[in-house]
Amino acid sequence: MTNKTDPGGDVRLTGIAKTYGAFTAVHPLDLTVPQGSFFALLGASGCGKTTTLRMIAGLEEPSAGTVFLGDQDVTALPPYKRPVNTVFQSYALFPHLDIFENVAFGLRRRGLKSVKKQVDEMLDLVQLGEQARKKPHQLSGGQQQRVAVARALINHPKVLLLDEPLGALDLKLRRQMQLELKRIQTEVGITFVHVTHDQEEAMTMADTVAVMNAGRVEQLGAPTDLYENPRTTFVANFLGTSNFIEAEVDSESGEEIVLKAGGGKLVLPEARCSAPATTGGKVLVGVRPEKISLTHADDAGEIPEGRNRITGRIADSSFIGVSTQYVVDSPVCSGFEVYAQNIDRDPRLVPGAEVVLHWNPAHTFGLDAAQDADAGVEEAA
Amino acid sequence: MSTLTEAPPPLAPQAPEPKPPKRRGRWTPYWLLLPGILWLVVFFALPMIYQASTSVQTGSLEEGYKVTWHFATYWDALSAYWPQFVRSVLYAGTATILCLLLGYPLAYLIAFRAGRWKNLIMILVIAPFFTSFLIRTLAWKTILADGGPVVGALNTLHVLDVTDWLGMTAGDRVLATPLAVVCGLTYNFLPFMILPLYTSLERIDGRLHEAAGDLYARPWTTFRKVTFPLSMPGVVSGTLLTFIPAAGDYVNADLLGSTDTRMVGNVIQTQFLRVLDYPTAAALSFILMAAILLMVTLYIRRSGTEDLV
Repeated sequence: MTNKTDPGGDVRLTGIAKTYGAFTAVHPLDLTVPQGSFFALLGASGCGKTTTLRMIAGLEEPSAGTVFLGDQDVTALPPYKRPVNTVFQSYALFPHLDIFENVAFGLRRRGLKSVKKQVDEMLDLVQLGEQARKKPHQLSGGQQQRVAVARALINHPKVLLLDEPLGALDLKLRRQMQLELKRIQTEVGITFVHVTHDQEEAMTMADTVAVMNAGRVEQLGAPTDLYENPRTTFVANFLGTSNFIEAEVDSESGEEIVLKAGGGKLVLPEARCSAPATTGGKVLVGVRPEKISLTHADDAGEIPEGRNRITGRIADSSFIGVSTQYVVDSPVCSGFEVYAQNIDRDPRLVPGAEVVLHWNPAHTFGLDAAQDADAGVEEAA
Repeated sequence: MSTLTEAPPPLAPQAPEPKPPKRRGRWTPYWLLLPGILWLVVFFALPMIYQASTSVQTGSLEEGYKVTWHFATYWDALSAYWPQFVRSVLYAGTATILCLLLGYPLAYLIAFRAGRWKNLIMILVIAPFFTSFLIRTLAWKTILADGGPVVGALNTLHVLDVTDWLGMTAGDRVLATPLAVVCGLTYNFLPFMILPLYTSLERIDGRLHEAAGDLYARPWTTFRKVTFPLSMPGVVSGTLLTFIPAAGDYVNADLLGSTDTRMVGNVIQTQFLRVLDYPTAAALSFILMAAILLMVTLYIRRSGTEDLV
């Protein structure tokens, strides 16, 4: 099995790009996926994530750039010579072969004669030992998916590529398979590169997520980093929901930036601002809906000092069990979303009520005001 | 208390069982089948019965024929004309193999590589059907004419030496030899091979090729292990559509061959239309039919296509 310290499983893309005529599917891209990690390429359809994956697999020839597996330049190698395997979208199982032969396919092509033991072990790993002699069409979607994983994993590839592997499954099965894949990845220690458009899937499974948009990587990092400190509005909107306030930089101390928005003041830690902040310049101040507390305007005095606050009126509220989602109209931003846990519900918080929204400045993030605040909203839907 | 637990009385306890509603449209499938069945009865079943009875008649044209259950006709016909039977199977078989060898790469090209030329190539495959079968076959007389460019080229390339050795040609001639008949059969039935092959190749999901490549199969291995097995339904129907009509064909042997290349179709035609020996002709038809049915059954059993999706 793969050695943890062997760099053979690193995937390095340097300046890789793909153009189809005048259309650029992937802009020159540098990316390193370390050995043994679970890496997700996340983005809406047409963002270039699948093209990137296919270039690693060798199914698509890059227009420029180099693909390295470990220290080996594999850019010119055809897929059948690359030590990577793919789990295809909708699986692409061979319909004329039974499950056993589907799984044994890669081993046989490499000239192995006695494959029975390995195939049986692999089928046991994915809990399909009983189905070995069935044809793919006799299995359910989830079982076919596991066959596709087994068929790829049995070859001990240096990298396993997964192209929307859970897209065809229903929600419940998808959650189950997410955990299953994560378990298998931890068990075999192979580098996984997973392409998905499902942000929850990427966040629950991957160690590192690269958010792609229009052929570029917008941001790369651990799921919590991406969520807590997005650096573009696309990432902020594509991963979860964000509220934005356009504010003017009032002063800047090196540690904190103080901003003016509609007569009030907001504080933003310097480290959480990805835009250049010069006094008088504009910054988009973002905050996640669940970080915000709502207090009725009559109790405004009880709000502790040092919190960012803005005033507004509740436009809409919907009760969804664990939490209540409010939409608040405020002079600085209309349609502010607030998710409040249903711990102690204030009965005065109904549509029409005047409220103060307040949150810990540490949860604020600052973005370049030149971008579209709604980027990625459609795609995330 | 007991009244509470008692089940409510049935609403109409003694009402007679309502008649099950008459299912409308119960006979519809049969009505829809009727025209087809009538057609088959009138134009297939009845002629078959008529021919079957003819084959066991004896008599002469002047005195008329009577059913005498003279099964010996079958034996006589077979012993007199077995070389033509063998020849039919041989020629049709060779033509079928040639059709497969020529048609498969073309069908593959159309299905996977032709891109925007796909429709044009398909039209070119079908276009010959717009001219008469006879004219197309006669054209081959010109193509294979003695001393013509084709024969000259084959001669220069020493292809004729090989076919001579195989007994397919005689000397410098191609016309009026088995090779000419096989060429005609191959040409005429090629589209019947290409179309089913194309249909089954075209249905193959392109991602299966990618998956095979991803699992270390070289292009040729991908073809052997994935593409070809998945195209087997097309191979089987293509070979059947070629072999069956080719085995009974008489036009090619008539126009391109000689008396030494007569196939069973020619014999049946002559018996029916010139010798007017109807019982022998009918018996020969039945023998041919039975032989083809037997071969086809064995072939389908062997190729195991019922296992393919």
